[in-house]
Amino acid sequence: MRKWDQTWGFRVFAIGNYLFLTAIALLCLLPLLNVLSVSLSSSYAANANLVKLWPVDFTLKSYQLIFSRKEIHDAFVISIERTVLGVLLNNILTVFMAYPLSKSGLRFRGRNIYMWTIIFVMLFNGGLVPTYILVKDLHLINTIWSLILPGAVPIFSVILMMNFFKQLPNEIEEAAFIDGASYWKSLLYVIIPLSMPVIATVTLFHFVAHWNDWFSGLLYMNDLKNYPLQTTLQTVLKGADIKSLEDAKNYSDVSSRTLRSAQIFVTTLPILILYPFLQKYFTKGIVLGSVKG
Amino acid sequence: MLLLFLFNIVPMYGILIAFKDFIPSKGIWNSPWVGLQYFDFMMQLPDVWLVTKNTIIIAGLKILLGFPVPIIVALLLNEIGRSWFKRTVQTIVYLPNFLSWVILSGLILDVFAVNGGLVNSFLKFFSIEPIYFLGDNTYFRSIIISTDIWKNFGWGTVIYMAALTSIDPSLYESAIMDGASRWKQTLHITIPGIVPIIMLTAILSMGNILNAGFDQIFNLYNPLVMKTGDIIDTYVYRVAFNDANWSLSTMVGLIKSVVNSLLIVTGYWMAYKWTDYRVF
Repeated sequence: MRKWDQTWGFRVFAIGNYLFLTAIALLCLLPLLNVLSVSLSSSYAANANLVKLWPVDFTLKSYQLIFSRKEIHDAFVISIERTVLGVLLNNILTVFMAYPLSKSGLRFRGRNIYMWTIIFVMLFNGGLVPTYILVKDLHLINTIWSLILPGAVPIFSVILMMNFFKQLPNEIEEAAFIDGASYWKSLLYVIIPLSMPVIATVTLFHFVAHWNDWFSGLLYMNDLKNYPLQTTLQTVLKGADIKSLEDAKNYSDVSSRTLRSAQIFVTTLPILILYPFLQKYFTKGIVLGSVKG
Repeated sequence: MLLLFLFNIVPMYGILIAFKDFIPSKGIWNSPWVGLQYFDFMMQLPDVWLVTKNTIIIAGLKILLGFPVPIIVALLLNEIGRSWFKRTVQTIVYLPNFLSWVILSGLILDVFAVNGGLVNSFLKFFSIEPIYFLGDNTYFRSIIISTDIWKNFGWGTVIYMAALTSIDPSLYESAIMDGASRWKQTLHITIPGIVPIIMLTAILSMGNILNAGFDQIFNLYNPLVMKTGDIIDTYVYRVAFNDANWSLSTMVGLIKSVVNSLLIVTGYWMAYKWTDYRVF
């Protein structure tokens, strides 16, 4: 024990600090708990506003109802399909793009041109309408590819990975070359196995991005049955849209409150399940991404 | 071999970059030129100035008010000795960051609901009349800003915590030898230790002054709060998809894009100049 740990001033500070931080943590947790409890309560209790942080009249009815609905079932499948395909494509393209760019201009002529293109593209994009028109002209509307292809090369990940490749010791790759490996072989058997931490990190970035994206679903899908989960949820929430003060007053009386809460929770669930892993790797990823020379 | 590799890669990102960006000339090719007509039109629209003002106010306040929060939380967490407590708090405050604004807006709509929302139940306890927070121009911006800070401060906290762990422990040891109190240590070692990263975050956040958060506002706003809540991005969306005025929408988006790029370039240039931070 160090000396100042014993002083009264410090103890008061420490207790205050614990309390304050606990309060902050609760502030982040309570709204979620509230929604969870509402979703697990009977609709009578929810409408009578009896539910605070603990379910009242515990029931799984709203969940049963949600899973029996075809559109939500479909949306779930689309979301999973899109996330798996999207993450796979993102990862492959990120590696393929970051690898040559991590080489110096001497090894890879034209590197600077690509680098500037990337920077330009990152800073400046065509905007909503031109992007939409392009996707339409390519006949991607209403296909799952409209959700995946426009964001297929995540530039942030490319830069992150490029920086990681750069700081790998050169000698390892040189040794592989002396043993007769080509660039492809070296990438596959030397670089990629060494880069698992950064690959795990970007995989999670891509996973969260794909799972959470709702806007491209809204934009590129004309048919409700093609909506991914987040977009379905979005339309449900916006469906209770508020046009007047009267609507606003009624909004929370809608008997579908428990249903809505349950749907929010179902949409959140995959993230919550993966969260323990996510958190660890994201922390790493942020450190990789931000605290570099 | 290098050549082979090159030829495999080049067409690939040629195509993919085109997906992201080089589109404007494509479908527009056959349409007639109108010159700067839409630019002039835009400049005369009162809505455009309103949304620009809203955007800057909302984004500016988000940056300004959201900036110190993670620093303070990180410093306070740093004072905690018990690592399980530290980890738990860190994990929990980081959680909202992983949820989409769709989910969070569902949550927020429920928490701030007039009947039975947590906040209004709480107010009722003090016998205050229920307030319709999300439909009231006086409260809408505060809600947007505070919920944004709430969602994002965990992320910042993690960055600053990472920066804190990279401070050389021997500095503390020598400070203790010199009899520095805990407070003095924080003042003279901890804070100077994270100043570079604070500077960096500050400079880079400058590029966001025109990004007030489409996802968030699109999911939370409603016609009642257009006056204070409508921002450039939501306006562009509405003009394009509700009014079908594609050219105008593109023009507004383009101007935003240009200004944004300039801000970001300036930000990165300043970051390079002052903190020696380089992305490439």
